[in-house]
Amino acid sequence: MPMVEIAWHGRGGQGAKTASQFLGEAALDIGKYIQAFPEYGPERAGAPMKAFTRISDEPIYVHSSVSEPDIVIVIDPTLLGSVNVTEGLEDNGILLVNTEKSPEDIRKIVNFKHGKVGTVDATKIALETLKIPMPNMPMLGAFLKVNNIVSIDEVSEIVKAKFIKKLGEEKTKANIEGIKRAYSELRLG
Amino acid sequence: MAQTKSKKIPLTGDQAVATAMKQIDPDVVAAYPITPQTEIVMYFSNYVANGQVSTELIPVESEHSAMSACVGASAAGARTMTATSANGLALMWEIVYIAASLRLPIIMPVVNRALSGPINIHCDHSDTMGARDSGWIQIYCESGQEAYENTILAVRIAEHKDILLPVMICQDGFITSHAVEGVQLFEDNKVKEFVGEYKAAHPLLDVENPVTYGPLDLQDYYFEHKRQQSESMRGALKIIPGLFKEFEKTFGTKYDFIDTYKLEDADIAIIALSSTAGTSRGVIDELRGQGIKAGLLRPRVFRPFPREKIIDALKNVKAVAVLDRAESFSAEGGPLYTEIKAVLYNSDIKPLVTNYIYGLGGRDIFPDDIKKVYSDLSAALKNKKVSNPINYLGSRE
Repeated sequence: MPMVEIAWHGRGGQGAKTASQFLGEAALDIGKYIQAFPEYGPERAGAPMKAFTRISDEPIYVHSSVSEPDIVIVIDPTLLGSVNVTEGLEDNGILLVNTEKSPEDIRKIVNFKHGKVGTVDATKIALETLKIPMPNMPMLGAFLKVNNIVSIDEVSEIVKAKFIKKLGEEKTKANIEGIKRAYSELRLG
Repeated sequence: MAQTKSKKIPLTGDQAVATAMKQIDPDVVAAYPITPQTEIVMYFSNYVANGQVSTELIPVESEHSAMSACVGASAAGARTMTATSANGLALMWEIVYIAASLRLPIIMPVVNRALSGPINIHCDHSDTMGARDSGWIQIYCESGQEAYENTILAVRIAEHKDILLPVMICQDGFITSHAVEGVQLFEDNKVKEFVGEYKAAHPLLDVENPVTYGPLDLQDYYFEHKRQQSESMRGALKIIPGLFKEFEKTFGTKYDFIDTYKLEDADIAIIALSSTAGTSRGVIDELRGQGIKAGLLRPRVFRPFPREKIIDALKNVKAVAVLDRAESFSAEGGPLYTEIKAVLYNSDIKPLVTNYIYGLGGRDIFPDDIKKVYSDLSAALKNKKVSNPINYLGSRE
């Protein structure tokens, strides 16, 4: 399988960096080569930021940022008007957005005519499962639906292993539920 | 090969270096945090607080004090480490030279960052390139994995009785220092065994054999002492290969002064340090697919400068582009370029040589930028001359 490059768009404090690393770590755990890194600028909470994940079966040597992502994941829908999230996204690329809107509506907003667009209300899912508006882990679930480089079972196992000590059983379960719900509620169009 | 490798774990380059420091468990670390080195000091401080190392950690009020404390500790006979970046290294300046001239084997991971001004926290090599004449050994790393391994190896290089020079282990700020990659760690006891126990030859604390460090040394002997420093750096070129071999025997990774990729039959080649070499590899594969014989030379050790290795590696190459992530404001190109030209002049080979200053202040370098360099090299080969000896890659004109 060729290298998969993922760009995460969020705002400082929304967990884009964490999600980018979590996906990378899950892939590393099943023997893939990975890179996960945020684009460092003058960060502050609330400012638009990007993070990237690269996953491959072969060693990864490239050290530039990702300019032509295969998949773009937008954690904060309010970025759509101000950040060109489809920049570099190829014709067969996939755009995943945390929004209550339909894929067709998002296509119109970002003027993306090719590839696939997926939408899921990840913030609502996070509020209902985790009780906090932290949509990053549900958006990871949305990713798993469109790319099977790592399976949802593998990710669930890693969430369990990593979170149980830090967050306890209840919050760990909530995180896994959030991932699974977004996985099944993702609308593709 | 010894079976000492375990499963890879996700670490940033800074975490990898902090882990190496934990496994080395030095006697003294005196450090001041500065972006993008901060994580190294942060993680290491945790190891100290958790009792995972027996190190005496000296939190100081500045980098000048950090290096001063390192000099004192090392002269006293302690295995001593610090870490820094950019302006931190600049503030150490006076003592950086003193550490080398006192022949103190201090180990210093440096996370490369642009020097001010204007203020910039991102990667370039202006900090350590500025310190290239300070008498420290310098090793440049392509990845966090290499930074981890070289930090361990550096201990043996610095402390070798016939070298006794401080070592900087350089990695690219943010690009590798803050990127998570899978890093294969060695077993604690293997690292402990490899670095061994440090026994300083002339420690200040040995009151039975009193010595003096840093006295006045005027016209009479200063020159000879400088000459000894110089001979030690030259001698390191002969000693380090033995340590590379021992490292390979212990841990399995083969190191050399230089690293090459598809260079043996290359017509055109890029010479670059650290992470940019990695970005070049994919471009070389692509060009090779088109029948273009492109290659890469990456000096790992910049001080001492591995002249013979470089000349031998370039013997079949017809045109070379030297990529410098630092500007030396000499009006004659970057520091790596001038070194390469200097060693080629007294050699039997005469490839076309050109210079590209790139990536200052963290300006990203993409595969397309690298492609442009190779395309320029192909043109130079055709025209039998370079159109521009000194170029600025990725800068607005």
